[in-house]
Amino acid sequence: MNKTSLNNLTRGILRENPIFVMLLGMCPTLGVSTSAANGLGMGLATAFVLMMSNIGISAVKNIIPDIIRIPSFIVIIASFVSVIEMLMQAYLPQLYSALGIYIPLIVVNCIILGRAEAFASKNNIWQSFLDAVGMGIGFTLALTLLGSVREILGNGSWFGWSFVGEDTPTMLLFIMPPGAFLALAGIIIVVNKLRGVK
Amino acid sequence: MAYIMIFITAIFVNNIILSQFLGICPFLGVSKKISTAVGMGLAVMFVMTLATVVTFLIYYTFLRPYHLEFMMTVAFILVIASLVQMVELIIKKTSPALYQSLGIFLPLITTNCAVLGIAILTVQRNYTLLAGICYTLASAMGFTLAIVIFAGIRERLERTEIPAAVKGTPIVLISAALLSMAFMGFAGIAY
Amino acid sequence: MARKKQGILQPLIVLVGIAVISAFTLGYVRQITEEPIKRAKDNQELAAIAEVVNEFDNNPFAEKMTITTANKKHKLTMYPARQNGVLNSVAIKTYTNTGFGGRIELMAGFNVDGSIKNFKVISGNETPGLGTKVDEPRFKEQFHGFYPGRQVLKVRQDGGDIDAVTAATISSRAVLKALERAYDAFRNFNSGKSNE
Repeated sequence: MNKTSLNNLTRGILRENPIFVMLLGMCPTLGVSTSAANGLGMGLATAFVLMMSNIGISAVKNIIPDIIRIPSFIVIIASFVSVIEMLMQAYLPQLYSALGIYIPLIVVNCIILGRAEAFASKNNIWQSFLDAVGMGIGFTLALTLLGSVREILGNGSWFGWSFVGEDTPTMLLFIMPPGAFLALAGIIIVVNKLRGVK
Repeated sequence: MAYIMIFITAIFVNNIILSQFLGICPFLGVSKKISTAVGMGLAVMFVMTLATVVTFLIYYTFLRPYHLEFMMTVAFILVIASLVQMVELIIKKTSPALYQSLGIFLPLITTNCAVLGIAILTVQRNYTLLAGICYTLASAMGFTLAIVIFAGIRERLERTEIPAAVKGTPIVLISAALLSMAFMGFAGIAY
Repeated sequence: MARKKQGILQPLIVLVGIAVISAFTLGYVRQITEEPIKRAKDNQELAAIAEVVNEFDNNPFAEKMTITTANKKHKLTMYPARQNGVLNSVAIKTYTNTGFGGRIELMAGFNVDGSIKNFKVISGNETPGLGTKVDEPRFKEQFHGFYPGRQVLKVRQDGGDIDAVTAATISSRAVLKALERAYDAFRNFNSGKSNE
Protein backbone atom coordinates (compact mmCIF):
# COMPACT_ATOMS: atom_id res chain seq x y z
CA MET A 1 0.00 0.00 0.00
CA ASN A 2 1.51 3.32 -1.01
CA LYS A 3 1.56 6.48 1.01
CA THR A 4 -1.53 8.14 -0.49
CA SER A 5 -3.63 5.06 0.07
CA LEU A 6 -2.50 4.78 3.65
CA ASN A 7 -3.20 8.45 4.14
CA ASN A 8 -6.70 8.10 2.70
CA LEU A 9 -7.35 5.19 5.00
CA THR A 10 -6.13 6.64 8.26
CA ARG A 11 -7.21 10.24 7.80
CA GLY A 12 -10.76 9.71 9.01
CA ILE A 13 -9.85 7.79 12.11
CA LEU A 14 -8.45 10.59 14.23
CA ARG A 15 -6.90 13.46 12.30
CA GLU A 16 -10.08 14.33 10.39
CA ASN A 17 -12.48 12.39 12.56
CA PRO A 18 -15.93 13.17 11.19
CA ILE A 19 -17.52 13.71 14.59
CA PHE A 20 -14.88 15.09 16.92
CA VAL A 21 -13.01 17.23 14.43
CA MET A 22 -15.31 17.99 11.52
CA LEU A 23 -18.58 18.00 13.51
CA LEU A 24 -20.52 16.19 10.80
CA GLY A 25 -23.49 13.90 11.29
CA MET A 26 -24.48 15.40 14.60
CA CYS A 27 -28.13 14.28 14.63
CA PRO A 28 -27.60 10.51 14.86
CA THR A 29 -24.50 11.10 16.96
CA LEU A 30 -26.43 12.80 19.71
CA GLY A 31 -29.69 10.96 19.20
CA VAL A 32 -28.72 7.31 19.41
CA SER A 33 -25.62 7.37 21.59
CA THR A 34 -27.56 6.52 24.75
CA SER A 35 -25.70 3.23 25.04
CA ALA A 36 -22.49 1.75 23.71
CA ALA A 37 -24.35 -0.94 21.77
CA ASN A 38 -26.62 1.56 20.03
CA GLY A 39 -23.61 3.69 19.16
CA LEU A 40 -21.80 0.72 17.69
CA GLY A 41 -24.87 -0.40 15.72
CA MET A 42 -25.51 3.03 14.27
CA GLY A 43 -21.81 3.47 13.50
CA LEU A 44 -21.63 0.20 11.58
CA ALA A 45 -24.86 0.91 9.67
CA THR A 46 -23.57 4.31 8.63
CA ALA A 47 -20.14 2.92 7.77
CA PHE A 48 -21.76 0.31 5.53
CA VAL A 49 -23.81 2.91 3.66
CA LEU A 50 -20.76 5.13 3.38
CA MET A 51 -18.69 2.32 1.87
CA MET A 52 -21.33 1.25 -0.61
CA SER A 53 -22.18 4.79 -1.68
CA ASN A 54 -18.53 5.81 -2.04
CA ILE A 55 -17.89 2.76 -4.23
CA GLY A 56 -21.10 3.24 -6.22
CA ILE A 57 -20.64 6.92 -6.80
CA SER A 58 -17.01 6.58 -7.70
CA ALA A 59 -17.97 3.89 -10.23
CA VAL A 60 -20.61 5.94 -12.02
CA LYS A 61 -19.14 9.41 -11.61
CA ASN A 62 -18.15 9.72 -15.25
CA ILE A 63 -21.56 9.01 -16.73
CA ILE A 64 -23.42 11.43 -14.51
CA PRO A 65 -23.84 14.90 -16.02
CA ASP A 66 -22.94 17.71 -13.69
CA ILE A 67 -26.37 19.29 -13.32
CA ILE A 68 -27.96 16.15 -11.88
CA ARG A 69 -24.96 15.26 -9.72
CA ILE A 70 -26.57 15.94 -6.35
CA PRO A 71 -29.97 14.33 -7.08
CA SER A 72 -28.24 11.24 -8.46
CA PHE A 73 -25.99 10.96 -5.43
CA ILE A 74 -28.98 11.31 -3.14
CA VAL A 75 -30.90 8.56 -4.93
CA ILE A 76 -27.90 6.22 -4.78
CA ILE A 77 -27.35 6.90 -1.09
CA ALA A 78 -31.05 6.60 -0.26
CA SER A 79 -31.19 3.22 -2.02
CA PHE A 80 -28.36 1.80 0.08
CA VAL A 81 -29.97 3.21 3.20
CA SER A 82 -33.26 1.51 2.35
CA VAL A 83 -31.43 -1.77 1.74
CA ILE A 84 -29.77 -1.69 5.14
CA GLU A 85 -33.01 -0.60 6.77
CA MET A 86 -34.84 -3.66 5.41
CA LEU A 87 -31.99 -6.03 6.29
CA MET A 88 -31.84 -4.67 9.80
CA GLN A 89 -35.59 -4.94 10.25
CA ALA A 90 -35.43 -8.57 9.17
CA TYR A 91 -32.36 -9.82 10.98
CA LEU A 92 -31.70 -7.36 13.83
CA PRO A 93 -35.20 -6.28 14.88
CA GLN A 94 -34.14 -5.15 18.33
CA LEU A 95 -31.45 -2.83 17.08
CA TYR A 96 -33.89 -1.65 14.43
CA SER A 97 -36.44 -0.52 16.99
CA ALA A 98 -33.75 1.02 19.20
CA LEU A 99 -32.41 3.18 16.35
CA GLY A 100 -35.87 3.97 14.96
CA ILE A 101 -36.20 7.11 12.89
CA TYR A 102 -32.43 7.63 12.75
CA ILE A 103 -31.98 4.77 10.27
CA PRO A 104 -33.75 6.43 7.32
CA LEU A 105 -32.08 9.65 8.39
CA ILE A 106 -28.68 8.20 7.49
CA VAL A 107 -29.59 9.57 4.04
CA VAL A 108 -29.20 13.13 5.21
CA ASN A 109 -26.15 12.43 7.34
CA CYS A 110 -23.79 15.12 6.09
CA ILE A 111 -20.83 12.73 6.29
CA ILE A 112 -22.09 10.56 3.46
CA LEU A 113 -23.06 13.26 0.97
CA GLY A 114 -20.00 15.18 2.10
CA ARG A 115 -17.60 12.33 1.29
CA ALA A 116 -19.43 11.66 -1.98
CA GLU A 117 -18.98 15.26 -3.04
CA ALA A 118 -15.51 15.88 -1.68
CA PHE A 119 -13.89 12.55 -2.38
CA ALA A 120 -15.75 9.81 -4.25
CA SER A 121 -16.74 12.03 -7.16
CA LYS A 122 -13.09 12.86 -7.81
CA ASN A 123 -11.19 9.66 -7.04
CA ASN A 124 -11.09 6.08 -8.26
CA ILE A 125 -12.99 3.22 -6.69
CA TRP A 126 -10.14 1.79 -4.61
CA GLN A 127 -9.19 5.13 -3.06
CA SER A 128 -12.84 5.97 -2.42
CA PHE A 129 -13.26 2.63 -0.71
CA LEU A 130 -10.25 3.29 1.54
CA ASP A 131 -11.56 6.75 2.35
CA ALA A 132 -14.95 5.30 3.28
CA VAL A 133 -13.39 2.60 5.45
CA GLY A 134 -11.32 5.19 7.32
CA MET A 135 -14.21 7.58 7.78
CA GLY A 136 -16.51 4.70 8.71
CA ILE A 137 -14.11 3.44 11.37
CA GLY A 138 -13.67 6.97 12.69
CA PHE A 139 -17.41 7.51 12.87
CA THR A 140 -18.08 4.13 14.49
CA LEU A 141 -15.30 4.58 17.05
CA ALA A 142 -16.50 8.06 17.94
CA LEU A 143 -20.11 6.95 18.30
CA THR A 144 -19.19 3.92 20.38
CA LEU A 145 -16.97 6.05 22.59
CA LEU A 146 -19.72 8.62 23.11
CA GLY A 147 -22.24 5.85 23.77
CA SER A 148 -19.86 4.22 26.25
CA VAL A 149 -19.28 7.44 28.18
CA ARG A 150 -23.01 8.09 28.39
CA GLU A 151 -23.89 4.53 29.35
CA ILE A 152 -21.14 4.21 31.96
CA LEU A 153 -21.90 7.53 33.64
CA GLY A 154 -25.64 7.44 33.19
CA ASN A 155 -26.51 3.82 33.73
CA GLY A 156 -23.47 2.29 35.42
CA SER A 157 -23.09 -0.31 32.70
CA TRP A 158 -21.14 -0.99 29.51
CA PHE A 159 -22.64 -2.86 26.56
CA GLY A 160 -25.46 -3.84 28.89
CA TRP A 161 -23.03 -5.33 31.44
CA SER A 162 -23.86 -3.63 34.72
CA PHE A 163 -21.13 -3.04 37.27
CA VAL A 164 -23.04 -1.20 39.97
CA GLY A 165 -25.81 -2.38 42.28
CA GLU A 166 -29.43 -1.95 41.31
CA ASP A 167 -29.99 0.88 43.76
CA THR A 168 -26.80 2.80 43.10
CA PRO A 169 -27.69 6.29 41.95
CA THR A 170 -26.11 6.99 38.57
CA MET A 171 -25.82 10.27 36.69
CA LEU A 172 -29.02 9.82 34.72
CA LEU A 173 -28.53 13.20 33.14
CA PHE A 174 -25.99 11.65 30.79
CA ILE A 175 -28.60 9.40 29.23
CA MET A 176 -31.04 12.25 28.81
CA PRO A 177 -30.76 14.78 25.98
CA PRO A 178 -28.60 17.40 27.79
CA GLY A 179 -26.11 14.66 28.63
CA ALA A 180 -25.52 14.07 24.94
CA PHE A 181 -24.26 17.63 24.48
CA LEU A 182 -22.25 17.54 27.70
CA ALA A 183 -20.57 14.20 26.98
CA LEU A 184 -19.68 15.28 23.45
CA ALA A 185 -18.28 18.59 24.76
CA GLY A 186 -16.15 16.68 27.25
CA ILE A 187 -14.77 14.30 24.64
CA ILE A 188 -14.00 17.12 22.22
CA ILE A 189 -12.05 18.96 24.91
CA VAL A 190 -9.92 15.86 25.43
CA VAL A 191 -9.49 15.24 21.70
CA ASN A 192 -8.47 18.85 21.13
CA LYS A 193 -5.92 18.51 23.91
CA LEU A 194 -4.53 15.33 22.30
CA ARG A 195 -4.37 16.95 18.87
CA GLY A 196 -2.57 19.92 20.38
CA VAL A 197 -5.10 22.50 19.22
CA LYS A 198 -5.06 25.67 21.24
CA MET B 1 -57.96 19.66 22.11
CA ALA B 2 -55.92 16.95 20.41
CA TYR B 3 -54.41 19.57 18.11
CA ILE B 4 -53.47 21.82 21.01
CA MET B 5 -51.75 18.84 22.61
CA ILE B 6 -49.82 18.12 19.44
CA PHE B 7 -48.74 21.75 19.33
CA ILE B 8 -47.57 22.05 22.92
CA THR B 9 -45.84 18.68 22.89
CA ALA B 10 -44.00 19.32 19.64
CA ILE B 11 -42.83 22.83 20.55
CA PHE B 12 -41.83 22.39 24.17
CA VAL B 13 -41.87 18.84 25.45
CA ASN B 14 -40.39 16.96 22.52
CA ASN B 15 -38.56 19.92 21.07
CA ILE B 16 -37.26 18.76 17.74
CA ILE B 17 -33.71 19.96 18.37
CA LEU B 18 -33.21 19.73 22.08
CA SER B 19 -34.82 16.39 22.73
CA GLN B 20 -35.18 14.67 19.35
CA PHE B 21 -31.85 15.82 17.93
CA LEU B 22 -33.17 16.53 14.46
CA GLY B 23 -31.68 19.53 12.71
CA ILE B 24 -28.59 19.78 14.86
CA CYS B 25 -26.35 20.84 11.97
CA PRO B 26 -28.06 24.20 11.32
CA PHE B 27 -28.61 24.56 15.05
CA LEU B 28 -24.87 24.55 15.65
CA GLY B 29 -23.89 26.06 12.31
CA VAL B 30 -26.29 28.95 11.65
CA SER B 31 -26.80 30.23 15.16
CA LYS B 32 -24.11 32.89 15.53
CA LYS B 33 -26.47 35.84 15.10
CA ILE B 34 -30.11 36.29 16.00
CA SER B 35 -31.01 37.75 12.59
CA THR B 36 -29.66 34.77 10.63
CA ALA B 37 -31.24 32.39 13.11
CA VAL B 38 -34.64 33.99 12.52
CA GLY B 39 -34.13 33.72 8.74
CA MET B 40 -33.18 30.07 9.01
CA GLY B 41 -36.16 29.39 11.25
CA LEU B 42 -38.61 30.95 8.80
CA ALA B 43 -37.10 29.12 5.83
CA VAL B 44 -37.33 25.81 7.68
CA MET B 45 -40.90 26.49 8.71
CA PHE B 46 -41.90 27.18 5.11
CA VAL B 47 -40.10 24.27 3.46
CA MET B 48 -40.97 21.80 6.17
CA THR B 49 -44.71 22.43 5.98
CA LEU B 50 -44.64 22.27 2.20
CA ALA B 51 -42.55 19.09 2.27
CA THR B 52 -44.86 17.33 4.72
CA VAL B 53 -47.93 18.13 2.63
CA VAL B 54 -46.33 16.93 -0.63
CA THR B 55 -44.75 13.78 0.86
CA PHE B 56 -48.01 13.00 2.65
CA LEU B 57 -49.93 13.15 -0.61
CA ILE B 58 -47.32 11.10 -2.45
CA TYR B 59 -47.33 8.47 0.27
CA TYR B 60 -51.08 8.04 0.31
CA THR B 61 -51.73 8.34 -3.44
CA PHE B 62 -48.78 6.37 -4.85
CA LEU B 63 -46.68 4.48 -2.34
CA ARG B 64 -49.36 3.01 -0.09
CA PRO B 65 -51.92 1.85 -2.72
CA TYR B 66 -49.25 0.17 -4.85
CA HIS B 67 -47.37 -1.33 -1.87
CA LEU B 68 -44.25 0.65 -2.58
CA GLU B 69 -43.64 1.66 1.04
CA PHE B 70 -40.07 0.46 0.72
CA MET B 71 -39.39 3.31 -1.71
CA MET B 72 -40.37 5.86 0.94
CA THR B 73 -36.90 7.08 1.85
CA VAL B 74 -35.81 7.43 -1.78
CA ALA B 75 -39.04 9.14 -2.85
CA PHE B 76 -39.19 11.52 0.10
CA ILE B 77 -35.61 12.74 -0.12
CA LEU B 78 -35.91 13.27 -3.86
CA VAL B 79 -39.13 15.23 -3.39
CA ILE B 80 -37.59 17.36 -0.67
CA ALA B 81 -34.46 18.07 -2.70
CA SER B 82 -36.43 19.12 -5.77
CA LEU B 83 -38.92 21.07 -3.68
CA VAL B 84 -36.14 23.09 -2.13
CA GLN B 85 -34.70 23.92 -5.56
CA MET B 86 -38.11 24.86 -6.89
CA VAL B 87 -38.87 27.12 -3.95
CA GLU B 88 -35.49 28.73 -4.41
CA LEU B 89 -36.18 29.42 -8.11
CA ILE B 90 -39.68 30.75 -7.48
CA ILE B 91 -38.61 33.06 -4.68
CA LYS B 92 -35.71 34.30 -6.78
CA LYS B 93 -38.06 35.18 -9.65
CA THR B 94 -40.97 36.63 -7.71
CA SER B 95 -39.52 38.28 -4.66
CA PRO B 96 -35.89 39.36 -4.73
CA ALA B 97 -36.28 40.90 -1.29
CA LEU B 98 -37.39 37.63 0.24
CA TYR B 99 -34.65 35.84 -1.66
CA GLN B 100 -32.11 38.17 -0.13
CA SER B 101 -33.16 37.19 3.35
CA LEU B 102 -34.08 33.51 2.95
CA GLY B 103 -32.28 32.42 -0.21
CA ILE B 104 -28.95 31.55 1.32
CA PHE B 105 -30.55 29.18 3.79
CA LEU B 106 -32.49 27.16 1.25
CA PRO B 107 -29.69 24.92 -0.09
CA LEU B 108 -28.76 24.07 3.49
CA ILE B 109 -32.23 22.75 4.13
CA THR B 110 -31.95 19.73 1.82
CA THR B 111 -29.57 18.07 4.22
CA ASN B 112 -31.45 19.28 7.27
CA CYS B 113 -32.55 15.99 8.73
CA ALA B 114 -35.45 17.67 10.49
CA VAL B 115 -37.33 18.05 7.20
CA LEU B 116 -37.02 14.41 6.16
CA GLY B 117 -37.43 13.27 9.75
CA ILE B 118 -40.72 15.06 10.32
CA ALA B 119 -42.06 13.96 6.92
CA ILE B 120 -41.35 10.32 7.81
CA LEU B 121 -42.65 10.63 11.37
CA THR B 122 -45.90 12.15 10.09
CA VAL B 123 -46.72 9.05 8.02
CA GLN B 124 -45.29 6.65 10.60
CA ARG B 125 -47.56 8.01 13.29
CA ASN B 126 -50.62 7.72 11.04
CA TYR B 127 -51.53 11.39 11.42
CA THR B 128 -54.30 12.78 9.27
CA LEU B 129 -53.25 15.51 6.85
CA LEU B 130 -54.49 18.24 9.19
CA ALA B 131 -52.85 16.74 12.27
CA GLY B 132 -49.68 16.25 10.20
CA ILE B 133 -49.60 19.90 9.18
CA CYS B 134 -50.24 20.90 12.77
CA TYR B 135 -47.41 18.67 13.97
CA THR B 136 -45.02 19.94 11.30
CA LEU B 137 -45.80 23.58 11.94
CA ALA B 138 -45.36 23.11 15.67
CA SER B 139 -42.08 21.24 15.21
CA ALA B 140 -40.80 24.00 12.94
CA MET B 141 -41.82 26.59 15.52
CA GLY B 142 -39.95 24.59 18.15
CA PHE B 143 -36.94 24.61 15.84
CA THR B 144 -37.17 28.39 15.39
CA LEU B 145 -37.66 28.99 19.09
CA ALA B 146 -34.64 26.89 20.04
CA ILE B 147 -32.32 28.29 17.38
CA VAL B 148 -33.25 31.93 18.11
CA ILE B 149 -32.78 31.53 21.87
CA PHE B 150 -29.50 29.77 21.19
CA ALA B 151 -28.31 32.54 18.88
CA GLY B 152 -29.08 35.01 21.65
CA ILE B 153 -26.90 33.04 24.03
CA ARG B 154 -24.08 32.84 21.52
CA GLU B 155 -24.16 36.59 20.86
CA ARG B 156 -23.54 37.08 24.56
CA LEU B 157 -20.82 34.42 24.59
CA GLU B 158 -18.91 36.35 21.94
CA ARG B 159 -18.25 39.10 24.43
CA THR B 160 -17.39 36.86 27.35
CA GLU B 161 -14.05 35.63 28.62
CA ILE B 162 -14.03 31.89 28.06
CA PRO B 163 -11.46 29.47 29.51
CA ALA B 164 -9.08 28.42 26.75
CA ALA B 165 -9.85 24.74 27.17
CA VAL B 166 -13.51 25.05 26.24
CA LYS B 167 -13.19 27.70 23.53
CA GLY B 168 -14.87 26.97 20.22
CA THR B 169 -17.04 23.89 19.89
CA PRO B 170 -17.05 22.74 23.53
CA ILE B 171 -18.57 25.93 24.91
CA VAL B 172 -21.23 25.85 22.19
CA LEU B 173 -22.13 22.28 23.13
CA ILE B 174 -22.16 23.09 26.83
CA SER B 175 -24.54 26.02 26.22
CA ALA B 176 -26.73 23.70 24.18
CA ALA B 177 -26.73 21.24 27.08
CA LEU B 178 -27.90 23.95 29.48
CA LEU B 179 -30.64 25.05 27.10
CA SER B 180 -31.73 21.46 26.67
CA MET B 181 -31.85 21.10 30.45
CA ALA B 182 -34.07 24.17 30.66
CA PHE B 183 -36.44 22.64 28.12
CA MET B 184 -36.61 19.45 30.16
CA GLY B 185 -38.62 21.50 32.63
CA PHE B 186 -41.49 21.39 30.16
CA ALA B 187 -41.70 17.61 30.29
CA GLY B 188 -44.94 16.45 31.78
CA ILE B 189 -46.67 19.71 30.82
CA ALA B 190 -49.21 17.76 28.78
CA TYR B 191 -51.15 16.58 31.83
CA MET C 1 -31.12 24.38 -30.39
CA ALA C 2 -30.62 20.71 -31.07
CA ARG C 3 -27.57 20.71 -28.87
CA LYS C 4 -29.41 22.31 -26.03
CA LYS C 5 -32.17 19.76 -26.29
CA GLN C 6 -29.69 16.96 -25.98
CA GLY C 7 -28.22 18.72 -22.98
CA ILE C 8 -31.52 18.33 -21.19
CA LEU C 9 -32.33 14.88 -22.45
CA GLN C 10 -29.16 13.10 -21.47
CA PRO C 11 -29.21 14.03 -17.77
CA LEU C 12 -32.88 13.16 -17.65
CA ILE C 13 -32.24 9.69 -19.05
CA VAL C 14 -29.39 9.09 -16.64
CA LEU C 15 -31.44 10.21 -13.66
CA VAL C 16 -34.43 8.12 -14.63
CA GLY C 17 -32.07 5.19 -15.24
CA ILE C 18 -30.59 5.50 -11.77
CA ALA C 19 -34.06 5.73 -10.25
CA VAL C 20 -35.22 2.64 -12.14
CA ILE C 21 -32.16 0.62 -11.09
CA SER C 22 -32.70 1.76 -7.53
CA ALA C 23 -36.38 0.79 -7.61
CA PHE C 24 -35.63 -2.68 -8.95
CA THR C 25 -32.84 -3.29 -6.44
CA LEU C 26 -35.05 -2.23 -3.57
CA GLY C 27 -37.95 -4.28 -4.87
CA TYR C 28 -35.68 -7.31 -4.98
CA VAL C 29 -34.35 -6.76 -1.46
CA ARG C 30 -37.90 -6.20 -0.30
CA GLN C 31 -38.90 -9.52 -1.76
CA ILE C 32 -36.22 -11.48 0.03
CA THR C 33 -36.65 -9.68 3.35
CA GLU C 34 -40.44 -9.59 3.44
CA GLU C 35 -40.78 -13.01 5.09
CA PRO C 36 -38.00 -12.52 7.68
CA ILE C 37 -39.38 -9.07 8.58
CA LYS C 38 -42.83 -10.47 9.19
CA ARG C 39 -41.39 -13.35 11.18
CA ALA C 40 -39.26 -11.00 13.29
CA LYS C 41 -42.29 -8.84 14.05
CA ASP C 42 -44.44 -11.86 14.93
CA ASN C 43 -41.72 -13.31 17.12
CA GLN C 44 -41.37 -10.06 19.02
CA GLU C 45 -45.09 -9.95 19.63
CA LEU C 46 -45.35 -13.64 20.43
CA ALA C 47 -42.54 -13.31 22.97
CA ALA C 48 -44.43 -10.45 24.61
CA ILE C 49 -47.65 -12.49 24.67
CA ALA C 50 -45.90 -15.52 26.13
CA GLU C 51 -44.52 -13.38 28.92
CA VAL C 52 -47.88 -12.08 30.10
CA VAL C 53 -50.24 -15.08 29.85
CA ASN C 54 -50.43 -18.53 31.44
CA GLU C 55 -48.99 -21.56 29.71
CA PHE C 56 -50.71 -22.22 26.42
CA ASP C 57 -50.57 -24.72 23.59
CA ASN C 58 -52.66 -22.93 20.97
CA ASN C 59 -51.55 -20.25 18.56
CA PRO C 60 -52.83 -16.97 20.05
CA PHE C 61 -51.97 -15.29 16.77
CA ALA C 62 -54.42 -17.33 14.77
CA GLU C 63 -57.25 -16.53 17.19
CA LYS C 64 -56.62 -12.82 17.63
CA MET C 65 -59.67 -10.56 17.64
CA THR C 66 -60.46 -6.89 17.90
CA ILE C 67 -62.24 -5.65 21.00
CA THR C 68 -63.42 -2.16 21.89
CA THR C 69 -63.68 -0.16 25.09
CA ALA C 70 -67.13 0.47 26.61
CA ASN C 71 -67.42 3.88 24.97
CA LYS C 72 -66.44 2.33 21.61
CA LYS C 73 -63.63 4.88 21.22
CA HIS C 74 -60.62 2.61 21.32
CA LYS C 75 -59.99 -0.59 19.41
CA LEU C 76 -57.53 -3.07 20.89
CA THR C 77 -56.31 -6.49 19.79
CA MET C 78 -56.85 -9.47 22.05
CA TYR C 79 -54.95 -12.79 21.88
CA PRO C 80 -56.59 -15.71 23.70
CA ALA C 81 -54.30 -18.30 25.34
CA ARG C 82 -55.64 -21.83 25.74
CA GLN C 83 -54.28 -24.98 27.33
CA ASN C 84 -55.93 -28.19 26.07
CA GLY C 85 -58.60 -26.06 24.45
CA VAL C 86 -59.56 -24.31 27.70
CA LEU C 87 -59.18 -20.54 27.79
CA ASN C 88 -56.93 -19.67 30.73
CA SER C 89 -55.88 -16.09 30.03
CA VAL C 90 -55.73 -13.41 27.36
CA ALA C 91 -53.15 -10.92 26.18
CA ILE C 92 -54.40 -7.49 25.10
CA LYS C 93 -52.26 -5.08 23.15
CA THR C 94 -52.95 -1.64 24.55
CA TYR C 95 -51.44 1.80 24.48
CA THR C 96 -51.43 5.29 25.91
CA ASN C 97 -50.27 8.61 24.54
CA THR C 98 -49.53 10.13 27.92
CA GLY C 99 -46.09 8.68 28.58
CA PHE C 100 -43.22 10.99 29.46
CA GLY C 101 -41.97 10.50 25.92
CA GLY C 102 -45.39 10.22 24.29
CA ARG C 103 -46.85 6.92 23.12
CA ILE C 104 -46.26 3.70 25.05
CA GLU C 105 -47.49 0.36 23.74
CA LEU C 106 -47.79 -2.59 26.04
CA MET C 107 -49.06 -6.14 26.13
CA ALA C 108 -51.35 -6.68 29.09
CA GLY C 109 -52.16 -10.17 30.32
CA PHE C 110 -55.41 -10.94 32.17
CA ASN C 111 -56.54 -14.11 33.88
CA VAL C 112 -60.05 -15.27 33.05
CA ASP C 113 -61.30 -14.06 36.45
CA GLY C 114 -60.41 -10.50 35.45
CA SER C 115 -57.23 -10.11 37.48
CA ILE C 116 -54.04 -8.85 35.89
CA LYS C 117 -51.45 -11.53 35.25
CA ASN C 118 -48.56 -9.41 34.03
CA PHE C 119 -47.70 -6.82 31.42
CA LYS C 120 -44.82 -6.06 29.09
CA VAL C 121 -43.84 -2.79 27.45
CA ILE C 122 -43.51 -3.33 23.69
CA SER C 123 -42.51 0.10 22.53
CA GLY C 124 -42.10 3.49 24.07
CA ASN C 125 -39.89 6.46 24.36
CA GLU C 126 -39.48 6.76 28.12
CA THR C 127 -36.35 8.13 29.73
CA PRO C 128 -33.78 5.32 29.96
CA GLY C 129 -33.02 4.47 33.56
CA LEU C 130 -36.11 6.25 34.90
CA GLY C 131 -39.29 5.78 32.92
CA THR C 132 -38.07 2.47 31.50
CA LYS C 133 -38.16 1.08 35.05
CA VAL C 134 -41.90 0.55 34.63
CA ASP C 135 -40.90 -2.54 32.67
CA GLU C 136 -38.80 -3.96 35.51
CA PRO C 137 -39.93 -6.69 37.95
CA ARG C 138 -39.92 -4.44 41.00
CA PHE C 139 -42.74 -2.31 39.61
CA LYS C 140 -44.51 -5.10 37.76
CA GLU C 141 -44.70 -7.43 40.77
CA GLN C 142 -47.41 -5.25 42.26
CA PHE C 143 -49.71 -6.20 39.41
CA HIS C 144 -49.49 -9.95 39.64
CA GLY C 145 -53.01 -10.95 40.69
CA PHE C 146 -54.24 -7.37 40.92
CA TYR C 147 -58.02 -7.04 40.54
CA PRO C 148 -58.76 -3.74 38.76
CA GLY C 149 -62.43 -4.14 39.74
CA ARG C 150 -61.79 -4.43 43.50
CA GLN C 151 -58.59 -2.47 43.93
CA VAL C 152 -57.88 1.03 42.64
CA LEU C 153 -55.70 1.03 39.55
CA LYS C 154 -54.01 4.33 40.36
CA VAL C 155 -50.73 5.42 41.93
CA ARG C 156 -50.73 6.20 45.66
CA GLN C 157 -50.42 9.95 45.05
CA ASP C 158 -53.76 9.78 43.25
CA GLY C 159 -55.38 7.66 45.96
CA GLY C 160 -54.71 4.28 44.36
CA ASP C 161 -53.05 1.04 45.37
CA ILE C 162 -49.92 1.12 43.21
CA ASP C 163 -46.51 2.44 44.17
CA ALA C 164 -45.19 4.55 41.32
CA VAL C 165 -41.60 4.15 40.19
CA THR C 166 -39.53 6.70 42.08
CA ALA C 167 -38.99 9.83 39.96
CA ALA C 168 -41.12 8.40 37.15
CA THR C 169 -44.68 9.05 38.29
CA ILE C 170 -45.75 10.17 34.84
CA SER C 171 -44.54 6.97 33.18
CA SER C 172 -46.19 4.93 35.95
CA ARG C 173 -49.48 6.78 35.49
CA ALA C 174 -49.29 6.23 31.74
CA VAL C 175 -48.83 2.49 32.20
CA LEU C 176 -51.83 2.42 34.54
CA LYS C 177 -53.88 4.28 31.97
CA ALA C 178 -53.00 1.75 29.29
CA LEU C 179 -53.86 -1.12 31.64
CA GLU C 180 -57.13 0.57 32.56
CA ARG C 181 -57.97 0.81 28.87
CA ALA C 182 -57.19 -2.87 28.32
CA TYR C 183 -59.25 -3.84 31.35
CA ASP C 184 -62.14 -1.70 30.16
CA ALA C 185 -62.11 -3.40 26.77
CA PHE C 186 -61.74 -6.84 28.34
CA ARG C 187 -64.72 -6.28 30.65
CA ASN C 188 -66.75 -4.83 27.82
CA PHE C 189 -65.97 -7.91 25.74
CA ASN C 190 -66.99 -10.25 28.58
CA SER C 191 -70.26 -8.46 29.32
CA GLY C 192 -71.12 -8.52 25.62
CA LYS C 193 -70.52 -12.27 25.62
CA SER C 194 -72.75 -13.00 28.63
CA ASN C 195 -75.59 -10.99 27.14
CA GLU C 196 -75.72 -13.13 24.08
